[in-house]
Amino acid sequence: MAGRARAIGIRLAQTVPVILGVVVISFILTRALPGDPAVYFAGAMADEQSIQQVREALGLDQPLVTQFFLYFADLVRGDLGRSISTGQPVLTDLAMRLPASLELTLSALIVSCAIAIPLGVLAAVRQGSWVDHLCRVLVTAGVSLPTFFTGILLVYVFYYLLGWAPSPLGRLDFIYLEPPRVTGFYLVDSLLARDLETFGATVRQLALPTITLALFTLAPIARMTRAAMLQALSSDYIRTARAAGLSRGKVLFGYGLRNALLPVVTTLGMVFSFVLGANVLVEKVFAWPGIGSYAVEALVASDYAAVQGFVLAMALLFVTLNLIIDLSYALIDPRIGFDTK
Amino acid sequence: MLHISDLSVSFRTRRGEVEAVRGISFDLAAGETLGIVGESGSGKSVTSYALMRILDAGGRIKAGSAVFDGRDLAQAAERDMQRVRGREISMIFQNPRAALNPIRKVGHQLEDVLRRHGRATRSNARAKAIEALEAVRIRDARARYDAYPFELSGGMCQRVVFAIALACGPRLLIADEPTTGLDITTQKAVMDLVRDLTRDRGMSSILITHDLGLAAQYCDRLAVMKDGQIVETGAASALFADPQHPYTRKLVDATPRPGASLRDLLPAEVRTPLADHEPGTRPLVQVRDLVKIFPSKSGPVHAVKGISFTIREGQSVGLVGESGCGKSTTSSMLVRLLDRTSGDILFDGFDIAGVPADKFVRDARRSQIQMVFQDATDSLNPRHSARQTIADPILRMSDLRGAALTARVEELATLCGLPLPLLDRFPHQLSGGQKARVGIARAIALDPKFLILDEPTAALDVSIQAVVLNLLADLRARLGMTYLFVSHDLNVVRLLCDHVIVMQGGEIVEQGPAAQVMEAPSHPYTQTLLSAAPKPPAARPSLLKSAAE
Amino acid sequence: MTDATDIPDRKPDGAGAHLLHVLRENPVTLLSFSMFAFFLVQAFFGAMLVPHDPLATNSANALQPPDWTHWFGTDNLGRDVFSRVVVATRLDLTISVLAVAISFVIGSLLGAVAGYWGGWIDAVLNRILDTIMAFPLFVLAMGIVAALGNTIENIIYATALINIPFYARLVRAEVNIRREAGFALAARLSGNSHLRTLAFHIFPNALPPMMVQVSLNMGWAILNAAGLSFIGLGVRPPTPEWGILVAEGANYIISGHWWVALFPGLWLMLAVFTFNLMGDGLRDIVDPRRRT
Repeated sequence: MAGRARAIGIRLAQTVPVILGVVVISFILTRALPGDPAVYFAGAMADEQSIQQVREALGLDQPLVTQFFLYFADLVRGDLGRSISTGQPVLTDLAMRLPASLELTLSALIVSCAIAIPLGVLAAVRQGSWVDHLCRVLVTAGVSLPTFFTGILLVYVFYYLLGWAPSPLGRLDFIYLEPPRVTGFYLVDSLLARDLETFGATVRQLALPTITLALFTLAPIARMTRAAMLQALSSDYIRTARAAGLSRGKVLFGYGLRNALLPVVTTLGMVFSFVLGANVLVEKVFAWPGIGSYAVEALVASDYAAVQGFVLAMALLFVTLNLIIDLSYALIDPRIGFDTK
Repeated sequence: MLHISDLSVSFRTRRGEVEAVRGISFDLAAGETLGIVGESGSGKSVTSYALMRILDAGGRIKAGSAVFDGRDLAQAAERDMQRVRGREISMIFQNPRAALNPIRKVGHQLEDVLRRHGRATRSNARAKAIEALEAVRIRDARARYDAYPFELSGGMCQRVVFAIALACGPRLLIADEPTTGLDITTQKAVMDLVRDLTRDRGMSSILITHDLGLAAQYCDRLAVMKDGQIVETGAASALFADPQHPYTRKLVDATPRPGASLRDLLPAEVRTPLADHEPGTRPLVQVRDLVKIFPSKSGPVHAVKGISFTIREGQSVGLVGESGCGKSTTSSMLVRLLDRTSGDILFDGFDIAGVPADKFVRDARRSQIQMVFQDATDSLNPRHSARQTIADPILRMSDLRGAALTARVEELATLCGLPLPLLDRFPHQLSGGQKARVGIARAIALDPKFLILDEPTAALDVSIQAVVLNLLADLRARLGMTYLFVSHDLNVVRLLCDHVIVMQGGEIVEQGPAAQVMEAPSHPYTQTLLSAAPKPPAARPSLLKSAAE
Repeated sequence: MTDATDIPDRKPDGAGAHLLHVLRENPVTLLSFSMFAFFLVQAFFGAMLVPHDPLATNSANALQPPDWTHWFGTDNLGRDVFSRVVVATRLDLTISVLAVAISFVIGSLLGAVAGYWGGWIDAVLNRILDTIMAFPLFVLAMGIVAALGNTIENIIYATALINIPFYARLVRAEVNIRREAGFALAARLSGNSHLRTLAFHIFPNALPPMMVQVSLNMGWAILNAAGLSFIGLGVRPPTPEWGILVAEGANYIISGHWWVALFPGLWLMLAVFTFNLMGDGLRDIVDPRRRT
C-alpha cells in the first residue's frame, strides 16, 4: 500500500507548517502586549533593573525577526520562561500539572463516548421513537449548557443538598495521601500501588468534574453518530446487504456502524477543541490542579509567561491529538491515499 | 413460481399515507424473464423492494399477496425472509459502486453472504468466494478478492454485486435498473452476462428498467407500470407491435428506434409535419487541431488530442462517445468556458480560442454562442424564478428593460412551450420537462447563432425526451440555429443530426453524414457502439410505413 | 446599470407570507423566535423595566433568597439579582451579535474567494485557518484577550477571530461544490462576470446552511464571552454580565445560596438554547425551496 504510506507521510508533513503557524501566533501574542512587554513579563513587583534584565533576556532590544528566532531557539530548548507566581520554569509547572488535566479530559471523553455513541446509534436505528426524541432533546440542551454553570449546579445538588460528593476541591480529599507518582494519573498510580482506598477516593473526586465535561461533549458526539448512522443506513450497500439476507446484527454493526464511525472519528478533533477549552472552566469550578486552573491563576496574577506557555502547550497538545486522530483514520479507511481529488 | 396478486404498498409521509403501488398482479413462471418498465415514480422499484421486504422505513405492504414457491412473502416472518433473501431470491441494483460496502474487501463481502447461508465454512470461504467471482467471468479473480470497491470500475463493481447475488444459487434474480449510469458498451456486457448466467442456471428473473428498448431486447414478457399500477402486460414483440393501453403506446412511440423520425416519437394526435431542414454551406465553426491537456498529480492528462472538424451554418452535428472520451471537454472549449491548450476555434472566421475564457464574457460573440445543459435541475439557480432565469442573459447583454423585457421573456416562454403562469415559479416547483424548457428559453434568449446541446435529455423520462427533442427541432427551423448535439446515445443523435462525429479516447475516430455513419460505420468502435445499443423490436406497421416514406 | 430586481416580482408567496408560513408550520421555530423576541425586549428596554438599580448595594439586605421585592433574591452586596440579570442581556447579546457579524462577513469573503478561485489563495487561506484551528478555540480567545488587554472590544475581536474558520470553511465548501454547477456555468454564458456569478448566483445559495451555523455560533459566542468573564477576562465587575454573575454566585453555592448563581446561569442557558433552536427556522426562511 504505497499510496497509503504516502498519504500518512503527507499528513505528517502537514503538521510542520501548522506547528510553525502556532509558534508564530504565540510569538505575536507575547509581543502584542500593550505597552512594554518587558514590564508585563517582569511582573508587578519588578524594579527598573529586573525589567531591564527581562528585556535583554527576551531580546526585546533586537529587531523583530531576531526576536522571533531567539524565541524559537528558547522553545526548542524547552524554555518557556519563568513563572512569576510560582518561581518555577513554566515548562516544569506545566509538566507537573498536565496529568491532572489529561486524567480529567480523558475520563470525560471516555464517559461521553460510552453514552453518546450507543445513544446516537439507537436514535438512528429507531428513528422517530422516544430514544430519538430523547437524543434530540439531550443534544440541543447539551450544547446550550455553560460548563461552568453545570458544574456549579452539580456541586449544589450532589455536595450541598445530597452530600454524596466530596467537597469540590482538588483531585483528592485532604485525608488521603497522593499515590506515589509514576504516570501522574491518580487512577493508574493508585492501582499500581495496589491502594484501592485511594483509587475509590480518586474516582469520587473525579466524578462530578467528569460528568460536567462529559455532558458538554455528549451532544456533538451523539448528534454526529446519529447523523452518520442515518446516512450509512440509507446507503445502497446496506440495501445490498439486506437483499443478500445478512442478519440484522451484521447489517447494523458490521456494515452500518463501521462506516458511520469514520465521520465520527473526524468530529472527535472538534470535540477535543471544545473539551480542552471547557477544561479550563471546569478546573476553575472544581479547584482542579491542572494546567487550566494554573492559567487562570496566572491571568489573575498577570503572569504572562505562564499564560503564553499554557496557550502554546494546549495548541501543541491539540495538534498532536488531531494527528493521532487522522493517522488512526488513515488506518481504518482503505480509501485514504487513493483519493485523487 | 411467483404469483403476485393485488399487491399494494404504501409509505407514511408528512402528508399522510401515500400509495406507491396500487393493487398490482402478475405471475412469473420458472425460467422466465419479466421486464417491469415504467418512468420515474411509477412504483417499479418499490415493487421489487416489497417482494424482498426491504422497503425503506415508513413503507409497508398494505394488502395483497406475493406467493413464492407456496409461501406468501407478504406475510412471512422477518426470520424466514432472511433465509429467502440471497438464497432463494436475490437482487442487483443500479449504481453498483454504491451498492458495495466501501470499506470492506469485495472478497470478504462475498464471504459474508456465503457463510451466512451455510455455503461456505471459515476454512473454504476464500476459495468459494474466488469461485463465485470467477463465475461472473471476472478475470484474475484471486487478485480482485482483495480489492476495495473504489479500486474497481463501474462495470466490474456490477459484476461483483452480481457475484454476491448468484453466490448462493437463488432461483429468482431481481435486477433493479442494473445498467443505469454505465456506458453503453458496458451495459451490453453486463446485460449479456446476466442473461447468459440466469439462462444457464434455469433461473427466473425480473428486470426493472425505464428503458423499454432494453427490456424488450432481454425479456420474454413485459409489464408496463404507471402511477403504481400495471397498465399492460404482454410479450415484448406483441407489446411493440400492437400496444393496447394509451400509455404503453405513448411509451413505445417515444422510444427512439431505427426507422422512426422525430415526429414519430410524439403521440399520433399531435404529430404535425416537421419543417424542412436544409443546412447551409458556409462554415460557421471550424475547429483545427484542438488540444486540451489537464495537469494532474499523476502527470498530464490528454483529454482532447488534436481534433479538427467543421460545422456549417444551419447544420446539426452530433458529437458521440462514451464517458471520458473528451466530448464534454470539447464542448466546454467551444462554448468558451474552458481554455484550450493549443489549436484554433474559428467562429465566423474569427479565432475565439484566442480570447481567454475569463475575458470572453465581455466579447461581442458571447451572446452568439450558448449552451443547453445536461441536468436541467442543476443548471437552474434554485433561488431564481423561471422569469429571473430567462431574463438574466437579456439583462446582462442587451438594453431591454421594463415592459419590453417582460414581453421578451414571455415571448421566449411561449416559444419554448412554457405556460406563462409558471414563469414566477422556482425550479423546485417545476417538473423535469418544464425545467428543460426554462433552460432552453434562457439559452435562446439572445438569438444565438450556435447552440451547444450537452445531453439535454439525459436526465429526462423518455416521453419528455421526445417532446424536448421535437421542441429543439422546431426552434432550429424557426430561428435558423446551428446545433452541436453532445450525447452518448446514437439512437437519439440520429434523430436530430445530419452529421455525426464519433470520439474515443480524446480523438475523432469517425465522422460523416448521419445516415452513412449509422448505416455503414467504417470504424470498429462505431460498429461496437451501434451494436451495443438496445434494439427494440419492430414497431407497428404504421410506423414502418411512415419511416419508409 | 439595472439589476435583476427589474423583473416584476410576482412570486406566488411573498417574503412576509413566507415568514408567517415558516413560523406556523413548525412550533419549535415559533417558540424559538418568541424566546428571541423576549430577549430582544430585555436587551432594548431592560434598563428601563427593571425594579431596582442593578448597581445599588445594600449590605443590610445581602444574600436574601427570592421574595416579592427581589424576585431572584439579592447577592452578597445586597444588589437585586433580577435587575442585574435582565440588564446584563444587552451586553451579552451585543458581544455575540457583533462577534458573529464580524466573523460572518470576513469568513464569507475569504471562503467565497478561496472556494471560487482556488489555487494559491485557497492554499494560503487553508494554512491560516488550520493554524487558527490548531488552537483549542477557547484557549486561543484567552490568549488573545490576555495579550491585547482586558476590554470588551477585545472579547468581541477574539470571539470573532475564533469563529472565522467555521464560516470560511463552510462557505468555501458550499461555493466550491457550486463553482462548476450548471447554473453557475449558465450564469457565465449569460454574460455575468466571475464576480457577479459568485456574488449573485453562487453565494446566495450557500445561505441556508450558513444560517444554521450563525445560530449555533451565536450560542457559542455567548458561552465564550461568559466563559471568559467567568475566569476574570474581559468584562469587569461590577458591570452586570451573565458569566460574571455566575462567577460571583459560585462562591456562595457551597454555602447553599443557590439563587445568586442559578438565575444568571439559567438566563445564559436559555439564551444559548434559543439561538440553537432558531437555526432550522432561519434556514427555512432563507431557503426558497421551502416556499410553496
